[in-house]
Amino acid sequence: MSSTSRTSGRRRFWAVALLVTLLVAGVGSYYASSHPDGLEYVAEKTGFIDTAEDPVDTGSPFADYGTKGVEDERLSGGIAGVAGVGLTLLVGGGLFWLLRRRTPADQPGPQDDARGDSQPEPAHH
Amino acid sequence: MHVPDGFLDAPTSVATGVVAAAGVGIALRRARAELDDRTAPMAGLVAAFVFAGQMINFPVGAGTSGHLLGGALAAVLVGPWTGALCISVVLLVQGLFMADGGLTALGTNITLLALISVVVGYGAFVLLRAVLPRSVASVPIAAAGGALVSVPAAAAVFTLLFAIGGTADVATGKVLTAMLGWHTVIGIGEAVVTGLVVSAVVASRPDLVHGARGLAARRPLVTSEAAA
Repeated sequence: MSSTSRTSGRRRFWAVALLVTLLVAGVGSYYASSHPDGLEYVAEKTGFIDTAEDPVDTGSPFADYGTKGVEDERLSGGIAGVAGVGLTLLVGGGLFWLLRRRTPADQPGPQDDARGDSQPEPAHH
Repeated sequence: MHVPDGFLDAPTSVATGVVAAAGVGIALRRARAELDDRTAPMAGLVAAFVFAGQMINFPVGAGTSGHLLGGALAAVLVGPWTGALCISVVLLVQGLFMADGGLTALGTNITLLALISVVVGYGAFVLLRAVLPRSVASVPIAAAGGALVSVPAAAAVFTLLFAIGGTADVATGKVLTAMLGWHTVIGIGEAVVTGLVVSAVVASRPDLVHGARGLAARRPLVTSEAAA
């Protein structure tokens, strides 16, 4: 396997994984069951659902996985899902990038992050 | 299994808040060992995937549903400490932006879904991996097993918290039976999704799967042998 095809194979993993994630949140979520989840159902059946308080309004436009001001249900949920994925990627990715170990061997230059999948490949040198 | 505000009284919510803060604090320090230039982006992606997966409620019969919790999945893919942080980030985004899971209940939700499910799910994964054949193919199976037990474990701990600090007076036994019953069924869904996702990642990028370390190292050798 040539090093170029290996690199493109690696890029493909990230592209496919991100696409699947966005499709699940942005499109698939529309088809999710709207039945109460296990905990809500048990709370209803055993009689403590009424102790649940309404969620605090944080001013987010995406409360309850809908988008404020977007009438179309499919679009409203889809935008909220994609926004949630983006926010999670931003917060999580940022946190993990800050936390990561910085090994001296992995710092040949500013190209480092773009390269991403840095496995030593003597063929490059 | 997102706990809304109001199910648990203030002292219990404060206590779970302290547990969650301590757990996340330890995870923040220990995750560093699991994260490098390659695994940090993977961890961000795993968090985003768990967020997406949690939107997909699947029906489990009798008018109820369940969705992926993702604790075992994240722990197997990016390591237990980072996995716990992934779920915590998801819960934070859900609580702050999606009005899903209460804000005073955030500590409870982190304790149940980020800490308990990861500890139990990853613990069971490690045990299963030790008894299964030493091969990459065992990783998704062990991950599914971990996922299966992680859901009822979180349900059981919720019931314990409810027995201690539930605001409604409902018999604990009744809650426990119902919680364990339904969440065992949901756990089967969790196991299926976790097994499928882990096997897909292991098949394409075994080097990115924390739980396959040491097993995945054999693969490039086989390839170079075949090439030679």
